[in-house]
Amino acid sequence: MNNKVNPEQRIVITGIGLTSPNGNNLKEFRESLLTGKSGVQKFETRFMGEVLAGVCDFDALKYQKKKELRRGTRAGSVAIYCCHEAFGDAEIDLEAIDRSRVGVYLGVTEHGNVETENEVHNISKYDYDTKYWSHHHNPRTVANNPAGEVTLNMKITGPHYTIGAACAAGNMGVIQGVQMLRLGEVDLALAGGVSESIRTFGIFASFKSEGALAEHEDPTKASRPFDKQRNGIVCSEGGCVYTLERLTDAEKRGAKIYGEIVGYAANSDAFDFILPEPGRQAECMRLALNQAGLKAGDINILNAHATATQLGDIQECKALRDVFGGEKSVWINNTKSFIGHTMGAAGTLELSGNLPAFEDGLVHPTLNLDELDPECHLDNIVSGAPKQLGRVDYIMNNSFGMFGINSVIIVKRYEK
Amino acid sequence: MTRDEVRQAVVSILADIAPDEDVSSIKDDVTLREQMDLDSMDFLDIVMELRKRFNVEVPESDYQQLVSMASCVQYLQPLLKDRQLAS
Repeated sequence: MNNKVNPEQRIVITGIGLTSPNGNNLKEFRESLLTGKSGVQKFETRFMGEVLAGVCDFDALKYQKKKELRRGTRAGSVAIYCCHEAFGDAEIDLEAIDRSRVGVYLGVTEHGNVETENEVHNISKYDYDTKYWSHHHNPRTVANNPAGEVTLNMKITGPHYTIGAACAAGNMGVIQGVQMLRLGEVDLALAGGVSESIRTFGIFASFKSEGALAEHEDPTKASRPFDKQRNGIVCSEGGCVYTLERLTDAEKRGAKIYGEIVGYAANSDAFDFILPEPGRQAECMRLALNQAGLKAGDINILNAHATATQLGDIQECKALRDVFGGEKSVWINNTKSFIGHTMGAAGTLELSGNLPAFEDGLVHPTLNLDELDPECHLDNIVSGAPKQLGRVDYIMNNSFGMFGINSVIIVKRYEK
Repeated sequence: MTRDEVRQAVVSILADIAPDEDVSSIKDDVTLREQMDLDSMDFLDIVMELRKRFNVEVPESDYQQLVSMASCVQYLQPLLKDRQLAS
């Protein structure tokens, strides 16, 4: 989409609500990314003892009653916090809008594992007698739970659902919001992604069984994408939700505009359950560039998916060299080196960490890149310290997930 | 358990399932729903907690007995008379 497109089809970001292991709003998060503050720590999990994880410390009681917390899920709580913050940041007064015209679209990597594991643990104390299985299990584990909890809490009567797209889900939530606004189905979208994944031991155990769970004596050094010593993923929780609206509506109400979503794409590897495929990843990036009417060299900042798995990073770097090789003005960073992998939140959260670059011109660095793996060679990785570009016009965000779901979003600097 | 202890047990359950409410001022003869924010899932929580804490089964046909504190105590006291209130 470019500026010639019908203004009502142009979708902008006017609010950001987030919780990250290293910040509970965009200002804190950005500050952490510019100053090298990690959010990874030691974390106790059932059956496995101490693991490494990114843990959020937002104030859940800011927008929820204690009873809501007791009844709902962690993912629901993350979602409610982020959605309130996203509307608050956009200066949208819930009391003043038509809440039947608001859609809630949240990406999730998975949902229900935490709650199911908790119930199995609960009935284990009663000799596995299922009459002790909670009646809350169904509403806690339906796939739309996090988005549904948002609608109950905020009294939003428009559509709500989650989008399951593995680790591409955060981007997919945003893409869904853009599409629904363009279709005229809603007038405001709360769109993004959430994750509660660290609350179940299963995700840690499964990555460990795959040989892909990060370990390091210093938790802040465990997540090291592109580094020769990388040894896997740090699992994290988090959430990030955008207020999305049509440019015409945003301008009419004088909203602050973070940027315009000018291109996106999603495709599938059709290759393997877990292994990524660089050919399709490159294709996905090109699809997004084509939709935005851009060339690869027009992108100023590229936020890589960069999970720090052995093969995942190598494959993504192949795709990045294919699309951006020789482009000297494209600067590459990643976010997982700071906060680990926030799963369903990753796409939206990682894009958010770069959006302030439209104002300050800075590319935040990647952390823990002490010795670049030659197989991850890329021309312009920003490492160790922020890089001042002066002016940033286009940011691209990659998020890829299991079953080869690839997603790319391109955001353009907004100027009146 | 005495009647007072049964009441105390129910208050303790309500304090857990309705943590935003002031359970110290519950009026025994007014329905719980009139004085607290409780829905059907909360009443299922009361039934579950009675099962977990005291091994007492409240059949669905008796759920109406849980409508007020007075009716709870009236209904539960015979079922709990041989049980101890956990200290």
